[in-house]
Amino acid sequence: MRIGGDLLTEYRLNTPLSHEDVQKLVAGDVVYLSGPVYTARDKAHALIRSKGCPISLQGAALYHCGPLIHKTRVLSAGPTTSGRMARYTEEILGLGVRAIIGKGGLPGGPFRGRAVYLAYPGGCGAAAAQQLKARDVHLKELGMAESLWEFEAKAFGPLIVAIDSHGKDLYQDVRASVQSRLRS
Amino acid sequence: MRTLRRAETSLPEWVLQRIREASEQETDPIAKSHLQFILENVLIAKARGLPLCQDTGLPIFRVEMGRDLVLDFNLQEAVAEGVIIATEEIPLRPNAVDPLTRQNSGDNTGPGMPDIILELVEGRGLCITAFPKGAGSENMSLVGMLNPADDPFDFILRAVAERAANACPPLFLGIGLGGTFDLAARLAKHALFNLPGSSPMEMDLLKRINSLGIGPMGLGGDTTALGLKIEQACCHTASLPVAINFQCWAHRCASEVIF
Repeated sequence: MRIGGDLLTEYRLNTPLSHEDVQKLVAGDVVYLSGPVYTARDKAHALIRSKGCPISLQGAALYHCGPLIHKTRVLSAGPTTSGRMARYTEEILGLGVRAIIGKGGLPGGPFRGRAVYLAYPGGCGAAAAQQLKARDVHLKELGMAESLWEFEAKAFGPLIVAIDSHGKDLYQDVRASVQSRLRS
Repeated sequence: MRTLRRAETSLPEWVLQRIREASEQETDPIAKSHLQFILENVLIAKARGLPLCQDTGLPIFRVEMGRDLVLDFNLQEAVAEGVIIATEEIPLRPNAVDPLTRQNSGDNTGPGMPDIILELVEGRGLCITAFPKGAGSENMSLVGMLNPADDPFDFILRAVAERAANACPPLFLGIGLGGTFDLAARLAKHALFNLPGSSPMEMDLLKRINSLGIGPMGLGGDTTALGLKIEQACCHTASLPVAINFQCWAHRCASEVIF
């Protein structure tokens, strides 16, 4: 993707992701994902903690998203604030998830050596809906926004690698620079 | 229903213009890519009649009603009926839940919802503005009961520095200065209705916020806030309430004159 004069490194990857896929990604890269992507937010995370996950998340891309869906048509499906799910990060990554997609970021520690955090532009639900098809739904009793939806993604992006598996966290870098500007 | 559809699927022209200008001026490549994608999203939503964001918000309405107008129907019920139809037909995501049981009403209505903010004006007219409000930005909003010796602008800058990334920046900010605990919050919401501000005080605060470098989605850049408005009221000599109502880049609102 070329923005003005700057070229951002771009990857097109298929899910489920391999360890090698994750390792080659560096904070600041742009990714487009194709293949299965699973949604989960507040209630699905709580239920996975208490009762286990109804599907395998090995290598999965997990999307913090509460979509707007009419029957099986995805109408709008941008990211929700990941911070609310921060308390579950360690165990979700422990289930084999290799990419968490959302907005606003998560503490970077749990990602080191095994996973990446990908930022989708917040509020861009209509654009995301053009890249996602609903294939199946789990935990349907939780309602439209909170169910675990299985999407088939086609070039889902631009996803910015905001936290990589090597310890770099763009949100943390920005927070540190904002704090130093506040003091000056 | 028609007003709500317009609010959910398109943005006011001045809001779009602010995003376009920011996109042209932005120097950070990731920030610029976000702003360009936001503009693409707005085009897709409008062309296909889709909600811009999957968080179609809670139904908030500003109702400006003439003092001389007599209504022979229940306004709260009429608006609620419109919300129920809109939820089905646009459609909207059902977002209204009981605060404790978390049971979803399924139609975006329930105790307190829709939230109708009534203002009396001269004459016999009735104007309704749909103002659906998403949780991402609303969750970051706050009221601070400051010490009169504190600097309210310092408080605002620190709050924005700490909270902006989760509120889907670039932001709009409604700021209530003074009043009481709840009046400050009402002023802040009202300030969002009356965006954008252009006083020297507002422009100076906007500049200071954008100099923080938080950027779109908190990933860095020159564009952190697109506009803000400050509304003031007298406060107790011992108080300094300050409220900040965060709003995401999608400042969704649409008005309709009923009579």
